[in-house]
Amino acid sequence: MSERQITFEVLRYNPETDDKPWVQTYAVPCQEEWVVLDAINYIKDHLDTSLSYRWSCHMAVCGSCGMMVNGEPTLSCKAFLRDYKGNTIRVEPLTHFPIERDLVVVLDDFMEKLTSVKPYIIPKKEKPVEEGEYKQTPRQLKNYKQYTMCINCMLCYAACPQYGLNDEFIGPAALALTHRYNLDSRDGGRSQRQEVVAQHEGVWECSFVGACSEVCPKDVDPAGAIQQMKIASTVDWYLEHLMPWRGK
Amino acid sequence: MSRKPYVREVPKATWYMRNGRYLRYMAREVTCIFLALYMAGLTIGLVRLMQGPDKWETYLAGVSSTPAVIFHLIAFGFACYHAKSWFDVTPKAMRIPQGNDFVPGRIIVGTHYGIWGGVSLVALVLMGVL
Repeated sequence: MSERQITFEVLRYNPETDDKPWVQTYAVPCQEEWVVLDAINYIKDHLDTSLSYRWSCHMAVCGSCGMMVNGEPTLSCKAFLRDYKGNTIRVEPLTHFPIERDLVVVLDDFMEKLTSVKPYIIPKKEKPVEEGEYKQTPRQLKNYKQYTMCINCMLCYAACPQYGLNDEFIGPAALALTHRYNLDSRDGGRSQRQEVVAQHEGVWECSFVGACSEVCPKDVDPAGAIQQMKIASTVDWYLEHLMPWRGK
Repeated sequence: MSRKPYVREVPKATWYMRNGRYLRYMAREVTCIFLALYMAGLTIGLVRLMQGPDKWETYLAGVSSTPAVIFHLIAFGFACYHAKSWFDVTPKAMRIPQGNDFVPGRIIVGTHYGIWGGVSLVALVLMGVL
């Protein structure tokens, strides 16, 4: 196995001692098959135990290790070093989020937004357990399955310029999950979610840059979900105004 | 220990300079300005037509001038780019069920080009060009 010396420029921030973030460089002897996360683990284990970052599964499932790698929102466990040319890689915490410490960002805002869209099945009609399961055809599953793949890694928020400019925006992942439940044949909670979705900070804050879908590591396509919800919300508005008796 | 999160401000005026995909987005949006200018010119033409033959001839002379032709060529180029950039993303907004899957994106994009070409053809026939 060949070894490659790479300099990692890591953005550091210690809230107890620093007024603003600063860059620290580490020379890391990297193995050919490593990903960026391996190099950061090497730094933590061998060079600097004070470096803080989140990670867990190392296989693009947990969504914890999202970072800006050379300015691009990336899961560091999926960022193979062989795909990076040159001998310097810059690693920063996900942009658009406040920095808690080093590469750890504050996710409180996202958690509140996720809660606000009620990301769970709200049955059209509750039925007792004795009546059996809620059945679903493969076609009905296909309708929303893509949007279930979200791992809440926040790369889409880091890529979304609208969220960067206005953090009131509900944002890509929370809206994609809203769409996921709205499309589920077992769900009847769309009208409850519309209050959040149809407001200005909901789907209408999105100007369809599409960056969220480009960086999504699970091909969820939040941009598509948001555009489809815009169309549905527009149809709602016209039906409400042209056929007011429908809602009665 | 008290928390002291550090907030990195996004530059309000130059945010789209941060990477290529933001620039592509701005190109898609900004090209519509040329479409608006073209429509304004067309509206002026309709007004001149209502005002009588003299005004109409003056308008025709104006749009036949070299600067006007150059503007129309540039506007046409940007209109094509604007249309292409929107056609390319139509499959995201249009999820049309087909059996146990969805209509492929290339069919949706291709249909848009087909309709665009068809309407252009009809317009050219009505104008007597073809």
